[in-house]
Amino acid sequence: MAGLEKKVTAFQDENLSGRSQKLFFEVTEEENFTYYGNHDVDFNKRTEIDCKDLDGKELNQKVRNALLKGYGSIVIKNPGAKHALGVGILNKLNLIFEGSLGYFGVGCIDGPTVRINGRVGWSCAENMMSGKVVVENNAGSCFGAALRGGDLICKGDAGARTGIDMKGGTILVGGNAGAYTGFMMQRGRIIVCGNVSANMGDSMYDGIIFVGGEPRSLGTDCVEGEMNDHEIRWLEQKIKNAEIDCKVPASKFKKYVAGRMLWNYDNLEPAEKKGILG
Amino acid sequence: MCGIAGVINRSKKSVNVGEQMRLMLQGIKHRGPDSTGYAMYGTPLKTGFILRFKISENAAEVKGSAKTEDPEVLKDRKKQVDALMKEHGAKITKQSSSTPYAFRYEFTYKSENLEELAKAIETVEKTEILSIGKGLELIKDLGDATVVADQYGLGKFMGTHGIGHTRMATESDVDIKSAHPYWAFPYQDVAVVHNGQLTNYWGNRRVLERSGYRFNSNCDSEIIAVYIADKMSKGIELEQAMNDSLDELDGVFTYIVSTKNQLGMAKDHMAAKPMVIYEGKDIVACASEEVAIRNIFPHEIVTYDPYEAEVKVWQV
Repeated sequence: MAGLEKKVTAFQDENLSGRSQKLFFEVTEEENFTYYGNHDVDFNKRTEIDCKDLDGKELNQKVRNALLKGYGSIVIKNPGAKHALGVGILNKLNLIFEGSLGYFGVGCIDGPTVRINGRVGWSCAENMMSGKVVVENNAGSCFGAALRGGDLICKGDAGARTGIDMKGGTILVGGNAGAYTGFMMQRGRIIVCGNVSANMGDSMYDGIIFVGGEPRSLGTDCVEGEMNDHEIRWLEQKIKNAEIDCKVPASKFKKYVAGRMLWNYDNLEPAEKKGILG
Repeated sequence: MCGIAGVINRSKKSVNVGEQMRLMLQGIKHRGPDSTGYAMYGTPLKTGFILRFKISENAAEVKGSAKTEDPEVLKDRKKQVDALMKEHGAKITKQSSSTPYAFRYEFTYKSENLEELAKAIETVEKTEILSIGKGLELIKDLGDATVVADQYGLGKFMGTHGIGHTRMATESDVDIKSAHPYWAFPYQDVAVVHNGQLTNYWGNRRVLERSGYRFNSNCDSEIIAVYIADKMSKGIELEQAMNDSLDELDGVFTYIVSTKNQLGMAKDHMAAKPMVIYEGKDIVACASEEVAIRNIFPHEIVTYDPYEAEVKVWQV
């Protein structure tokens, strides 16, 4: 028993590492007397960072250092499709990538305006809270996974599972989107100007998918909804703002929503469950 | 989470494809550090075939599971292989080796059907044919892309196309026999690399084994090579065979197949495994991640992800 008692004491005495809530809200001069991470930047102050010999961590640290110095416009040269570039920026910032990103590009951001003059790999802008990300070329799978807010724009084609698990914000795809687009989405809007592959909106809880072309097939519990005038105007404006050359007029878009048959799924009778899943 | 890559130079001119593949595979080393494999196509021989085989495992890297075998035993096995080849009428014209357990032979043989010979060679204990073909050379070993390329002197390999694989072992052991690429036994000049998991492996394996195909490892990817070989031996075109595989193989997968003048990729119905393609005028490169392709194209390029259930085939 003696051994056990000792163990319990050791656990109680243990210093927990990591950033505590206290530090998170500390009001100091460096934090500009506002909330954490909101630094004052000047958009006219511009700097360039060459990413050629840097890895993701080093680049992100450099971006952060430039931001703390008040640079409001940061241009990243030669990103070379490396992974996890430009992640975790919780500040207003004008960030420009002169090339393609790899996986998890600009993930977990809150506030910046990002322009990517190239392609992005899997899970671009994952869990973005706010801001705007424009991808000039194609995007990989899981584009805007678990998106919570802001505008995410891809001018080319997006891959499979675009907007998987999204909880808010808008994803706009100028070209086509892959299979399982809007998989398990809970809120927010996806606009696809082209066609969508199989199983669109599978198991979606809520939110809206607008499609300019045709979805190859609809997933479980995804049904066509009715467009209203307000939505047509919103769609028109959104596409115009994104500077996407969409051949389909906003009034010809189709709207897809959740059938809400999967809500309270656990309470359904087995026969009812079978009916929904087909 | 393995990494796969392929490159094809469509201009028919021989280029340094060995270095191209090494650079690409080194770029996706983080997807699989266990072993690396190359299947590359040089200028096809006018007469005869190239045989790549191994008579033992790479014991240096496998801790605990394999012991370094006595050099005398290896010598004896090589002698047995030589004798069997002679017995079956194959004449060895050239031979070389980079390691004590892996060999490269050039030989002439009376027919184009190599099944009988291949089966005979593999009766020797622990001997496995890595590849037979007119242009195909299949090299696989433990270690990253540069280690394997240096060991086998691939830096100067000239050819038209090639595929490669960096492996993170999930379903089977870390050894050479479970490493990719797989040669489509006994179909000359066909090789496969695969990223994913197949879920109807045993069912399919039993069917193919009953038709006389041999399996050397318990690695699920081996079945794709055998499956493609089976289809092609029935006269089905590569592209059609790959399209059939999308429905007949279950699981999540992206794989690349190469033949003497083709390179093809296929992606499953769920689009669960990654693939990025760059289609240039003279060169097509595909890999699990763009960062691999960018190792041979440092400038900005336009790439895309293929969609689900997509099959693409390029010709030299």
